[in-house]
Amino acid sequence: MRYLTLLKATQPAGPPPPELMEAIMALGAEATASGALLDTAGLAPSAAGARVDVVGARLSVTDGPFAEAKETISYAIYEVRSKDEAVEWASRFMSLHRDLWTGWEGQAEVLKVMGPEDFAGPA
Amino acid sequence: MATDPRRTLETVWRMESARIVAALARLVRDVGLAEELAQDTLVIALEQWPIDGVPDHPASWLMATAKHRAVDALRRQGRYRDKLQLLGHQTPDAEDPDIAAAMDDYVGDDLLRLVFTTCHPVLSTESRVALTLRLLGGLTTEEIARAYLVSESTVGQRITRAKRTLADNRVPIELPPPAEAGQRLASVLEVIYLIFNEGYSATAGDDWMRPALCEEALRLGRILATLAPDEPEVLGLVALMELQASRTAARTAPDGTPILLQDQDRRRWDRLLIRRGLAALAKTEGTYGPYVLQASIAACHARAARADDTDWHRIAALYEVLNHVSPSPVVDLNRAVAVGHAHGPARGLEIIDNVNLPGYPLVPAVRGDLLAKLGRAAEARNEFERAAAMTRNARERTLFEARAAALR
Repeated sequence: MRYLTLLKATQPAGPPPPELMEAIMALGAEATASGALLDTAGLAPSAAGARVDVVGARLSVTDGPFAEAKETISYAIYEVRSKDEAVEWASRFMSLHRDLWTGWEGQAEVLKVMGPEDFAGPA
Repeated sequence: MATDPRRTLETVWRMESARIVAALARLVRDVGLAEELAQDTLVIALEQWPIDGVPDHPASWLMATAKHRAVDALRRQGRYRDKLQLLGHQTPDAEDPDIAAAMDDYVGDDLLRLVFTTCHPVLSTESRVALTLRLLGGLTTEEIARAYLVSESTVGQRITRAKRTLADNRVPIELPPPAEAGQRLASVLEVIYLIFNEGYSATAGDDWMRPALCEEALRLGRILATLAPDEPEVLGLVALMELQASRTAARTAPDGTPILLQDQDRRRWDRLLIRRGLAALAKTEGTYGPYVLQASIAACHARAARADDTDWHRIAALYEVLNHVSPSPVVDLNRAVAVGHAHGPARGLEIIDNVNLPGYPLVPAVRGDLLAKLGRAAEARNEFERAAAMTRNARERTLFEARAAALR
């Protein structure tokens, strides 16, 4: 089964510590080598993006940046055997930030990607 | 959930057990003993984590604890110093507390050694499959039994026998010598693809462990591709499995009826898996091993947005090459289909008339299809009726009977 994790965070000022970047690369390599990580990438600040809304039957487009408490900073797609495994990968990722970037606060949302198992009829 | 130590342990164990068993197998040089020591480690964690809480780095904790168990076991056997010398390490003070660290090595190589051992040709095919799923996949005996529709005791016996055979034959837990490397790698790939195909042949109503075998095989293949990134056939097998798995959602109707490739709703194919499959295949350019060729054929289908866009000339040519590299009647049967599409049904018929696969229902089914395209309805109907009588799969029979009925 497949999970999408979205990482949202409030970053302390300044660039991330190089040790953190290195640890993230190592963990990503490990997750890939374990056959779990299918895809991942960092996301640019919302200033580079936009929003498309439909409200009251009207469609509108707004360019970023957006005033949010947290920026969405990366995504990852895992193929794992259980939700708990996806949570474990997300936890490892979050622990790195906790241990290597003082003051960093964030949240990883773990979302299940619908797959054939979600559409299976009664056995 | 993080507060439930047993649940965390269960998850982390499943993720880490292969690496732990692999590291232990290198240290104690015996797959059976390695698995016992790994189980001991799990028991220790089951006792300690609920009391002391989950360690900060659960995976490292498990690995360190397991290695200490291994050192203790070697000491008990009184062969500790010999082992260290065999491993090429200086013999440290027997009381050195950092022994486990001194024995550290690359985990990746351990996994590779282990998979070459569980897929060793001295074992029967079914033992290779069971042992690989148990030790590399971390599946329980019960899960393997459910996946293969056999009893738990049968699987247990296969695994026990396999471990004994490895020990009796003194199979070293090592990478194969260069002279044997090609053949030994072929055995590993065969085991992984067998696991994949077992899952791929699951039908509606089967236990969920059966289709889960596809994901398991893909996972093993992806691990292998990271460990042996320069082996085109490893990448070829991974590409083949990614591309085949991409069709999972489209290949059966909600009632479980199989849907043929040309009739599948291609919008339901998994684009991420297709992209990964094509990327893996791209790295094999210029090589023509059997898995690379099969993946290249699967890629032709994956690239066709509509069935009518399929490049059948290329597929027919690829089957031609495959038939030289790894000749088999099944390859010829598929070549007949491809040639029928590319160069006309009459040319396909010429090939299939020389396919010798007695009792194989797809032979009359393909012949029936080619005859129907030539307008020879009565002969075609006869072939589909033969196919329906041959198959033991009820859904397939329905499909063939429908084709026969449509030709009346």
